[in-house]
Amino acid sequence: MPSLKDLKIRIESVKSTRKITKAMQMVAAAKLRRAQEAAEAARPYAERMEAVLGNLAAGVASSPTAPRLLGGTGGDQVHLLVVATSERGLCGGFNSAIVKLARAKARTLLAQGKTVKILTVGKKGREQLRRDMSDYLVGHVDLSEVKKLGYLDAQRIATDLLHRFNHGEFDVCTIFFNRFVSVISQVPTERQLIPASFEAGAGDMGAAAQYEYEPDEEAILADLLPRGVATQVFTALLENAASEQGARMSAMDNATRNAGDMIGKLTILYNRSRQAAITSELIEIISGAEAL
Amino acid sequence: MATTMHFDLVSPERKVVSVEASMVQIPGADGDLTAMPNHAPFLTTLRPGVVKVTAAGQVSEYVVTGGFAEVSPTATSILAEQAMPREEVTADLLDQLQKSAEAALAETSGDEEKGAADTRLRDIAQLKRTLRL
Repeated sequence: MPSLKDLKIRIESVKSTRKITKAMQMVAAAKLRRAQEAAEAARPYAERMEAVLGNLAAGVASSPTAPRLLGGTGGDQVHLLVVATSERGLCGGFNSAIVKLARAKARTLLAQGKTVKILTVGKKGREQLRRDMSDYLVGHVDLSEVKKLGYLDAQRIATDLLHRFNHGEFDVCTIFFNRFVSVISQVPTERQLIPASFEAGAGDMGAAAQYEYEPDEEAILADLLPRGVATQVFTALLENAASEQGARMSAMDNATRNAGDMIGKLTILYNRSRQAAITSELIEIISGAEAL
Repeated sequence: MATTMHFDLVSPERKVVSVEASMVQIPGADGDLTAMPNHAPFLTTLRPGVVKVTAAGQVSEYVVTGGFAEVSPTATSILAEQAMPREEVTADLLDQLQKSAEAALAETSGDEEKGAADTRLRDIAQLKRTLRL
């Protein structure tokens, strides 16, 4: 049985924990809104890019001169997995979910006799993967200095990827991130970056065949494909950022509630033991008086 | 016949401008071009340069660092790597661009890539002169 003083200290400490988690939840909520706005703002560009590339790619893909980025290297022996996670913890199962998906994929590929390479973005995923996949880690992108995720950050990653691709370091590249559905639901997702796949746009882009190109179609495609990859990385990172804040918000909400419950329980325990102490003191006094 | 068309200038991070324009001057990779309503469908890559938009008699200017433009009879959209109003462009930003272009030139091998990097560098220098920065 802990003493009254111990209980009191305990209650105080849980109370201050609750204050911290509450504050973190509110910060996450504010950041989530900003992250969502950023994701929203990036959408028109990504959609346009996808539509244009889709149309261009549809026209060129069948030709033997199609760029390697689109047609692939012809093999699928070496896989590069880009695992995008957060730089900070305390966000529930956010990082574990991505790592789990990536790990499962890596295992499947290894079982098929393929070579796996892993590039981590964000510190937390690296820490988890280093435990059992450290042989496959080939690089790491540090975003901890980045306050607001910009297109240039994504471009840097994309340039790195393309550089590796052009040096024949891998055949297929897949990115893992959490797709933001809502505050309580983030879905770990994998998306193939290279060889690039785009969905042809519908609607007003349907008449793409009549477009005139300057310079010619293939030159434009060669120019746009790296940008397409960068855009996809950017989209994934933005989704990830929003998901991270969402996950942190709900994790902190839970923590706040748990702390509240714990304070309640401890307070009851505290009151009971105080009452018990009073009662036993009274009994002592009464029985002492009766004995006289 | 329509006298205006829809014009969008978007960068990966945000939509910079979206207006009904009567004329848009675009710094295409193979030379400047001006798009007006009912222009034939057209797609071009951009070089670093100035986009001039005429909307409701007002001319506004934006600086783009690259990307591509898509012209159709009823709409023109520019998807720029970076885009901002001309007033917001600073000498620092251009210097940075120039540095990264120089670095790219130093890194590349092969005549074709070298040529492309060299062209980009010259375009940036030209842009600098145009903006007098």
